[in-house]
Amino acid sequence: MTSRRDFLKTGGVAAGAVALSGALRTAEAAVPRVRHVATAPEMDASVKALLMEALNAAKLAGAGYADARIGRYLQNFVVTREQQIINVVDTDSIGIGIRALVDGTWGFAASRDLTTGGVAAAAREAVAIAKANRVARDRMITLAPAPAVPNASWKNAYEVDPWTIPVEEKADLLIKSNGAGMKAANVKYVFSALFFRKQERNYANTDGSVIAQTIVQSAIQQQFTAVSPDFSDFQNRGNTMPPVGRGWEWVLQQNLVQNATKWGEEASQKLKARPVDVGRYDLVLHPSHLWLTIHESIAHPTELDRAMGYEANYAGTSFVAPPQDFLGKFKYGPEFMNIQGDRSQPGALATVGYDDEGVAPDEFLIIKNGKVNDYQTTREQASWLDAWYTSQGKPTRSHGCSYADNWSSVQFQRMPNVSLLPGEKEQSFEDLIAATDKGIAIVGDGSFSIDQQRYNAQFGGQLFYEIKGGKIVGMLKDVAYQMRTPDFWNAMDMIGGKKSYEVWGSFFDGKGQPGQVNAVSHGSVPARFRNVNVINTGRKA
Amino acid sequence: MRRNNFSEVVTAPARLYDRDGTVQPNDAIMDRSDAQALIERIKKFSKAEAVEVQIFGGNVTNVRFADNQMSTAGGVSDFQVGVQSYFGAKHAIVTSNEVTDEALKAMVEKSEKLARLAPDDPESMPQLPPQQYQPVEAYFPSVANMSAEERAKIALTALEPCRAAGDLTAAGYLENRTAFNAYGTSTGLFAYHRGTSSNYTITARTKDGTGSGWAGAEHNDARMVDYAGVSRRAIEKARASRTPVAVEPGRYTVIMEPQAVGDLCQLIAFYADARATDEGRSPFVKQGGGTKVGEKILDERISMYADPFDPMVRAQPYDGDGLPLGRQEFIKDGVLKTLYYSRFWAKKKGVQPTGAPTSFLMSGGTSSVEDMIKATPRGILVTRLWYLREVDPRTILYTGLTRDGTFLIENGKITKAVKNFRFNDSPLFMLNNLEMLGRPERLAGTEAGGAVVVPAVKVRDFNFTSLSDAI
Repeated sequence: MTSRRDFLKTGGVAAGAVALSGALRTAEAAVPRVRHVATAPEMDASVKALLMEALNAAKLAGAGYADARIGRYLQNFVVTREQQIINVVDTDSIGIGIRALVDGTWGFAASRDLTTGGVAAAAREAVAIAKANRVARDRMITLAPAPAVPNASWKNAYEVDPWTIPVEEKADLLIKSNGAGMKAANVKYVFSALFFRKQERNYANTDGSVIAQTIVQSAIQQQFTAVSPDFSDFQNRGNTMPPVGRGWEWVLQQNLVQNATKWGEEASQKLKARPVDVGRYDLVLHPSHLWLTIHESIAHPTELDRAMGYEANYAGTSFVAPPQDFLGKFKYGPEFMNIQGDRSQPGALATVGYDDEGVAPDEFLIIKNGKVNDYQTTREQASWLDAWYTSQGKPTRSHGCSYADNWSSVQFQRMPNVSLLPGEKEQSFEDLIAATDKGIAIVGDGSFSIDQQRYNAQFGGQLFYEIKGGKIVGMLKDVAYQMRTPDFWNAMDMIGGKKSYEVWGSFFDGKGQPGQVNAVSHGSVPARFRNVNVINTGRKA
Repeated sequence: MRRNNFSEVVTAPARLYDRDGTVQPNDAIMDRSDAQALIERIKKFSKAEAVEVQIFGGNVTNVRFADNQMSTAGGVSDFQVGVQSYFGAKHAIVTSNEVTDEALKAMVEKSEKLARLAPDDPESMPQLPPQQYQPVEAYFPSVANMSAEERAKIALTALEPCRAAGDLTAAGYLENRTAFNAYGTSTGLFAYHRGTSSNYTITARTKDGTGSGWAGAEHNDARMVDYAGVSRRAIEKARASRTPVAVEPGRYTVIMEPQAVGDLCQLIAFYADARATDEGRSPFVKQGGGTKVGEKILDERISMYADPFDPMVRAQPYDGDGLPLGRQEFIKDGVLKTLYYSRFWAKKKGVQPTGAPTSFLMSGGTSSVEDMIKATPRGILVTRLWYLREVDPRTILYTGLTRDGTFLIENGKITKAVKNFRFNDSPLFMLNNLEMLGRPERLAGTEAGGAVVVPAVKVRDFNFTSLSDAI
């Protein structure tokens, strides 16, 4: 019988190892660091035995299908302001989540008790909850077939595990960067934080899949605040870098100290920016801004569960519904607009080898030549689009969008990477500006708000530049644009080429009840939108 | 920005442990003496100059339904142990959900190693000495012991009428939470709180996609939640909100139900940080420097306060540093009385710290929503708001949308359902344009979270800036 203690001992990563590695590195500080390129994990035999125990217990209790996930979820934060540390935090959580399908109804249970008795008890609880819910069942839940993956392992694109880097090295980098930012005029405050996640996911289902994966994600959050000398105004510059599915090697590539000087100066310049005149403008949107508009106005409304009403009580529904009225018919945008869903772009946040139902995700076009072509799906949802797939000569299969944010959370449909693909013509952000007579160029994401069906949205940004006669003539402030989704995307008339493609994203995308957090990337090229309504958000208290 | 608060960075639901550190499935939460024993056990492992231990977690069970169908349902038991070690001004937090001696010892060592490596935190504060806490009775077996069968029956209060109606579809969520929190330090301070809550929300929609209605309720005691009544209210709103007409955006007299008021007005507390104000970056900065404390900033009928002992709240009576929280008034009769002071900033400024309150309450009046409607020649009734986001931190100017029940009032009556609006407005502006106040109610959660008790309000000149086609 495997005990929790044995799991820890044999699990490969003993509880103390994380901090110890930091201490050892300090002792070795004079020695050049050896870069250990991380390799894909192998599932520990004791973990596999517990997964099998859970599945057997679920079967014996009456489950028609079950899956089990034993996961270790780690987080590390280093938080600073100006020239000082605020906090150092390391979190670690291990447990099992079991999902059971009984007579077409789901039940889920999760426990931190990783003993054979503990996982079996949780499996029986999942089955008991499913049985209790049969009284309220309306239709049988069925799962689209997925090939069994009997012995798979995978890791994402990280090279250097952030848990091998000593905390003082992390803090030192941030504090130096803060100092560089504060050299700019009127920049009085800088907040900066490093945030790392590591997920060691072990998965098995009653179809015969057994999968081990390790995923590392990294984010740098910084905000530079400039305060005017007479206290009449303050301006922030933040969201300066995208979070990524990479490790410490990526942090070092960001030139945090050098770039902080630029970001600090941008905060300072915002104090002197001219308030925008309300009206209609052509907008030239940089990928660092447009990713969020894609996220809110395309990626969310094409989640199939939303479209079918499964999020009606919280995140909302979708204007892209019912699917049969939209698939192959609805013109979302111009002919050159192609939006891809995938979990394969290296270094992107939603990228995985297998989803939380054991499905290897595919690449699929959500918008194809401007028209709605597909939705984001799981095994439960794929069959809802059976008629469409048949008409297209495609098999009915899940796109691999199942995800749970912890062992204690039930998996459901979450967003893959959703990206605006480059245009055929190789043109840049600067080329788009040069082609624009009266407009505003927007860099970075700011305030954002959109309705529960994803029609009406309002977006701010970080930096706003006035364009006149193809040239940037100065900086603007208090800018936000209001839009109606289909009108906005159909007003897109220019997009950048391959070289202008950048991947940005969100570390904290919320959905579901109870709420779960997903990290997702959005690739985008710069694009131009004609005649968009711009408001001025500045007012006096 | 508050200091070293465990609960800001870690969240987890949970289950019971026994003295051997093994988990007992399907049981309640850690009681006071078990929690204290575990904290003492962890403190013994510590070699740091000072140590803080926090344990929190519980059982969370839920039922979710949508499209007139059960979707997911589950039960999660877990808890987190957090250890913060101090060496002078160096400190670090490590959390884990392991409670074997071996794992606890490893966790303590890890936090000590991280703390030693961390740079000095010049704002690190000495631990508080032992404190006296007035207990809050927030634990109710009606929630802690509710079975999966009973939870499914609550879902049926919405599913059965919607299925029977034929033209309605229901999506809803019931969550029963049984949670505890314990906190202890090297100085011998020990704090413990446990509580339950039952939260039920439902959205009923018409199958033709033209109407949507929401209702929700929350209480520490399940016997105080009228689940069927919540389902009924959402269904009535869905029917009444069918086929909305477009009304020009602009400035309107608006009646906001408590849920909408809570989401907006709670923001005032969020921005009332003393340090940010002293640093010149808050809406409470006076032009030329200084703060607006002592100035009248809202209508004189408005008071805002925190009170963990209020029977509608029953919140944890201490904050993340173990500082006892009592009733504290932040805005009294429209006058800003104090800003929020962390222990560090309070010491620097020579004032008493307010700590980080666990509740938000707003004073009310005696009007019902019906009274407000009767007294309105032309206005808009708002059920709830959605996707609130900061537009300008200098004025707490926010944008967001109305949702799930927006109606036109003409000559003292609701005359039609209207399309949803986007607004751009500030609770500071809104509460200076106050006309009527209702009786405070406990909300079923807000976008910002926490225990929130606020009234319905009627205000003038609320700024709707565009229309949304969203239903």
